[in-house]
Amino acid sequence: MSAHGETVGRPSSARRAKDLAFRLALLACLAVAIGLLGILLVDAVLDGAGALDWDFINSFTSITADKAGIQAALWGTIWLMGVCALFIIPVGVATAIYLEEYADETRWWNRVIELNIQNLAAVPSIVYGILGLAFLVRGPLNLGQVVLAGGLTLGLLVLPMVIIAGREALRAVPSSIREGSMALGATQWQTIWRQVLPAAVPGIATGVILALSRAIGETAPLIVIGAATVIFANPTGLGSDFTAMPIQIFDWISRASNDINDYRPLAAAGILVLILLLLAMNGVAIWLRNRYEQKW
Amino acid sequence: MEAAATTIRLQGRRRHGELAVRLLLGLAALVSLLTTVGIVYALLEETVVFFGEVGAHDYLFGTKWTPLFEPASFGVLPLVAGTLATSAIAMLVAVPLGLGAAIYLSEYARPRVRKTVKPILELLAGIPTIVFGYFALTFFTPEILRAFFNLDVGIFNALAAGIIIGFLTIPIVASISEDAMRSVPQSLREGAFGLGASKLQVTMRVVFPAALSGIVASVVLAMSRAVGETMVVVIAGGLQPQWGADVGKSMETLTAFIASTAKGDVPTGSIEYKTLFAVGTTLFVITFVLNMFSIRFVRKYRQVYE
Amino acid sequence: MVIGQPAPKSAEERTRARREPIFHLEGVSVSYGDKAAVRGVSFDIARNEITALIGPSGCGKSTLIRCLNRMNDLIPSARVEGSVLYHGQDLYGSEVDAVEVRKRIGMVFQKPNPFPKSIYDNVAFGPRVLGMKGDMDEVVQRALQRAAVWDETKDRLKANAFGMSGGQQQRLCIARALAVEPDVILMDEPCSALDPISTGKIEDLMLELRKDYSIVIVTHNMQQAARVSDRTAFFTVDPEDRVGRLVEYDDTETVFTNPGDPRTEAYVTGKVG
Repeated sequence: MSAHGETVGRPSSARRAKDLAFRLALLACLAVAIGLLGILLVDAVLDGAGALDWDFINSFTSITADKAGIQAALWGTIWLMGVCALFIIPVGVATAIYLEEYADETRWWNRVIELNIQNLAAVPSIVYGILGLAFLVRGPLNLGQVVLAGGLTLGLLVLPMVIIAGREALRAVPSSIREGSMALGATQWQTIWRQVLPAAVPGIATGVILALSRAIGETAPLIVIGAATVIFANPTGLGSDFTAMPIQIFDWISRASNDINDYRPLAAAGILVLILLLLAMNGVAIWLRNRYEQKW
Repeated sequence: MEAAATTIRLQGRRRHGELAVRLLLGLAALVSLLTTVGIVYALLEETVVFFGEVGAHDYLFGTKWTPLFEPASFGVLPLVAGTLATSAIAMLVAVPLGLGAAIYLSEYARPRVRKTVKPILELLAGIPTIVFGYFALTFFTPEILRAFFNLDVGIFNALAAGIIIGFLTIPIVASISEDAMRSVPQSLREGAFGLGASKLQVTMRVVFPAALSGIVASVVLAMSRAVGETMVVVIAGGLQPQWGADVGKSMETLTAFIASTAKGDVPTGSIEYKTLFAVGTTLFVITFVLNMFSIRFVRKYRQVYE
Repeated sequence: MVIGQPAPKSAEERTRARREPIFHLEGVSVSYGDKAAVRGVSFDIARNEITALIGPSGCGKSTLIRCLNRMNDLIPSARVEGSVLYHGQDLYGSEVDAVEVRKRIGMVFQKPNPFPKSIYDNVAFGPRVLGMKGDMDEVVQRALQRAAVWDETKDRLKANAFGMSGGQQQRLCIARALAVEPDVILMDEPCSALDPISTGKIEDLMLELRKDYSIVIVTHNMQQAARVSDRTAFFTVDPEDRVGRLVEYDDTETVFTNPGDPRTEAYVTGKVG
């Protein structure tokens, strides 16, 4: 049973054996990839499920492994995601609208902008950390190692994802809708604001959630801009020092464990919380897409 | 509704609102441009100063990387070797497995299987790299490499890091290659089947070559991803640079160096601060070249069939 | 040879023909980039009449009708030359606002294109964006009544327009266009995506609307042109340069029973497609 047709006539048994071997080899590749994912998840659960309880969520970190928890990191992550979202949604959607509805494709500068976005999407995340360090934390803006700087750095990192998803969502709206609107006397912006954008919202929302899913797990940029690893308070404002879940997990991984203090279960428990958050976010994205997707 | 000819005014007011909107939107688009400008400027500024102090030749061709010791040595080649080694190992894992999965999904799998498997691959792609780093250090090296395969590798070694990076880049190879293969028109396959070719022959001799530019694009992109990967190498690959090829030992990469050095509060203007940027520039240049290649190949394959 | 019987003309209707023209086209040519679509078109369109543009595909009739409400502006490579006068004013004058133009000259498209909103919001959209004052409920009801679709929608104004049948959607689009109180309604093959019964309803509607509006319709269905229109313009593609040109323009009855140009005769008698 294959996706496309099969040959007519009787192939030789040698040929059939070869075909079968090939098919099994391919299947094996797929199985290894999926199997690995399974082993990884099982390993994390086995290591961390024991340490995952409400005390873990509600405590701050500590030298004493038994007492340590993820509260500061969890709230730090939530604050970072808030700042990130408030940045990427207006800038990303505006850029997508500009490129898709206004920009003349034949002009060279618009093609440069497009190419640039494609490149930015593939720049290593640690380079964004360097950018944040040079311009946001220190340099001209000199914000310091605070929530605002962290959120903006992550925002710049995932901005290309939002732009690309936004463009696809706008492109999916048929041109007949735009024509119908303009023929009634609406201006271009009225058409976009009242017809095109509302129809594209589900696709854009899905893109934003996926971008935040990426941002939530990023460690390297936060390391470079100097997120704290040991902090005993939740952020209270944009100017607060902060830590984040990946950073906290990294700290626990890096600490040497011994008989008195075993940090490994803490790291694993942190990983589980992170993965659960990710599953929840992706679940929302998929639900959004299925419920609100416009069928033209 | 007859409008009297004399009262028709077709002249409208200048639509300032429309112009203002267009300007605002254009400014938003500028943010992405400024990001690249910022990256390039930030990197180059400190790198130029660095070369002033250390000398480009010593940096680019030196084989000893001990920037924080006395006497300091700034040859970046060991870091490049580390990056190259882990990325090469990663590709040896990602390319066969990713392509195998892609070919299976595109040519052999039932639609229902595809529907179940694709989200799983997306899940694999969405797992934060720190989780892979944890897995590499706490499970893969001790249980698989050392216990199961009985290899004599250090706790931190480039082999484990490379293999795990390979696993996490499988989705990149798989999804782009699968996309490229599915874009190959059905008529090509039917033509070959009609001539009596077996499925294996059709797949490898017709579909695969037809999708080649997309496949190459996916591999180059995966390579770029592997080169830029940080957390797996920081956690499991080791922070000792090595000018050699012993992947069973620690091999610090470009990214691992940046992450480990920036961790402390590095004073602006210090020599460590400058090394961050110099190494960052090296990293950026390598990935930029790879990205440009990949974008070109994606364009090529899209052009042919769309 | 007569193909279908055009509606009989009364004396009153005949004097209407001598009224001031709504549109006066002089030497209008449209090209997309380097390629000319239609050249040298000159004719008038009269008020409170239905004017049909007919001809084989590719002859530029759709391109031409889109000049009349400046919809060709939406295509970056389109260039319009010649003069298009609307009530004596140049439609393409430098000071002219395309929004004002489209307020007065509405359009209905080949494939019904309702917005993915409620029936009510579809009709109310035009008046809302144009800032028209007045009781919106009344405006919507009046428009739906004039488009002969009120009875089918009055109990479900909040329902999504996509739930309607093709013919109903097209009448909704007509209602939508009527809601902004235009002067002229352009119709680009409005029935080609519809079944015969819906087509019949819309043709009846057109004859009703003619009392209050001027209608220009592009159609590839000759019988339709013969049934509803007062005057007919026949276009064809010049075999040498593949550019569309106006061949003949006259009372519909004349074009179909006694055409002046042999090409017209060949087309309306079905000798060529």
